[in-house]
Amino acid sequence: MREIIRTERVSKYFTKPVMFQVLRDISLVINAGEFVSIMGKSGCGKSTLLYVLSTMDTEYNGTLYLNGNQLTGRNAGELARVRNEEIGFVFQFHYLLPEFTVLDNVMLPARKLGKKTVSEIRASALEKLQLLGIEDQANKKANMLSGGQKQRVAIARALINEPKIIMGDEPTGNLDSTNSENVFQIFKQLSRNGDLSLLMVTHDEDLARRTDRIIRMEDGQIVS
Amino acid sequence: MRELGLILDITRVHLMSRLKQSTVAALGVTFGIGMFIILMGFMTGLNSLLDGLILNRVPHVAIFNDIKPSDHQPIDLTQEFTNSLNVVRSIKPRSTKVRIHNATPIIEYLRNDERVRGVSPQSAAKVFYVSGALQINGLANGIDVREEIRLFNFGDYIVEGDPNNLWRDSKGILLGAGVAAKMSLGLGDRIQLGTIDGGLLPLKIVGIYQSGLREVDDIQSFVNIKTAQQLMGEDKNYLTDINVNLWDTDEAVGMAKRISEQFNLTAIDIETANAQFETGSNVRNLITFVVSITLLLVAGFGIYNILNMFIYEKMNDIAILKATGFSGKDVEKIFLSQALIIGLVGGVAGLILGYSVSVIIDHTPFNTAALPTIETYPVNFNPMYYLIALMFALLATFLAGYLPARKAKWIDPVEIIRGQ
Repeated sequence: MREIIRTERVSKYFTKPVMFQVLRDISLVINAGEFVSIMGKSGCGKSTLLYVLSTMDTEYNGTLYLNGNQLTGRNAGELARVRNEEIGFVFQFHYLLPEFTVLDNVMLPARKLGKKTVSEIRASALEKLQLLGIEDQANKKANMLSGGQKQRVAIARALINEPKIIMGDEPTGNLDSTNSENVFQIFKQLSRNGDLSLLMVTHDEDLARRTDRIIRMEDGQIVS
Repeated sequence: MRELGLILDITRVHLMSRLKQSTVAALGVTFGIGMFIILMGFMTGLNSLLDGLILNRVPHVAIFNDIKPSDHQPIDLTQEFTNSLNVVRSIKPRSTKVRIHNATPIIEYLRNDERVRGVSPQSAAKVFYVSGALQINGLANGIDVREEIRLFNFGDYIVEGDPNNLWRDSKGILLGAGVAAKMSLGLGDRIQLGTIDGGLLPLKIVGIYQSGLREVDDIQSFVNIKTAQQLMGEDKNYLTDINVNLWDTDEAVGMAKRISEQFNLTAIDIETANAQFETGSNVRNLITFVVSITLLLVAGFGIYNILNMFIYEKMNDIAILKATGFSGKDVEKIFLSQALIIGLVGGVAGLILGYSVSVIIDHTPFNTAALPTIETYPVNFNPMYYLIALMFALLATFLAGYLPARKAKWIDPVEIIRGQ
């Protein structure tokens, strides 16, 4: 099976307010098409790990590979390119650009990538919105949407550049149970067709149990 | 190119969503630039008017026969004292005539020089203005009035009558405004000019001359060269001054030096004669620049403030842009372009404001006895100032935007996303 993400002995320290080791020698592998959840108590380092894997946090020891390429030591511009092209993000608090329309929000990463023309990008953005059942909201301002709708827009945006992996930091954490179930179903569906990998940090034991694999963390270490 | 379009799109949405603050920031630039244009146009307009008042009338090279002691004493001619230090005390100038010897060939020579725009000979005569029992000391300059009009804007200083009447009427006089006022004389009246040796010559007033300088207007008048020669009882070669105008003012210094060596006359160039005017103008221009730049600096601080505020408001946007693959440089460009657009829009509006107000000032009546030919405030519309102003608006907004934009560049998205 093909590896998407591999880490070798990743450690990280917080120096403020006191010296504290938040990640201890994390070595893990996520395969293509796998739906993995990370669980653990608050402060166990699961979000920190996700940000290291996402390439946004570069202050760690150890080595990170994405799709077989070493990312550790690359410069900020290259890492931005990697995030743009190969990783999709879904956050707990939606994080759309509030003054832009839903369609613009979805299109922005693809326009940054610049591999297609604007009209091609618009078509593919509408397609993603349709997939998530919110194409009728396309021309609304992002701040006019409900929480569940926003999260679907965020997923559409994460999908726009056909990434290898989607990372979610408690993507259902701020939603009611109906919406949370909807979003999870979308993830489940995405992982079923194609070899898109999903990595989700969550507190929700029920949701986690329905993923392919659970990584449990305690005190900065993987326990199971 | 497509990348730039994307960045400008984001910039546009950001600016439009904060239209009121963006407008206030741009207005700061508008007022700064507008004031710069108004100040520069008004100040330099006034400067060149005041300088012109004097300098227009000043020949580029003035040639005359100065009374001064001779540089060469008889002792210099003997071989015997060549190697000694010779001191001759109490040297007095020899009594010579003030006329320029061989004036006609010199004028001919100068007129054939291609650097020379024109030559205007003069013969000055000391006179008394006599009207009834009243006698006033004065100076009657014999001039070639057509050359004076062509070379020295002489016509601008004739407030009543027509200067061309002087060459039409050989018994005409252009009388100084001060003299005319003192003697209660006007256009068409007759005046008698008394010479030093007691003669009297009746002349008709064909124009009133006003330079704006009181000490000049109180004594000066202009007559034809022949009339002046007649007043002095001299022949037609009697000329006291030769005024030369050049095509290029910069050649005045060299030309004056050569003429004074070649013809053994005194030749004063315009730069030596009027150095103080140049200094005055420069200092006034400097003050204007400093005031304008201060205004623009204040506008710059306004932009800095507003962009800083933008960036605090847009922390989430910056984090999400970075998370979805925009680099720090892209984010920096987004905010820098916001600053530059504010600068460009505000700057262009400032140019329009400055131009409009300048036009209004240019049409505002301004009447003063000292400046007879001026009816409205003088304004300089030199496009150079408009160019400088726009460049400065862009530079100031770039600098004001640079620090906030660099801050945005280094914002750590993880910190923002975690912070929620």
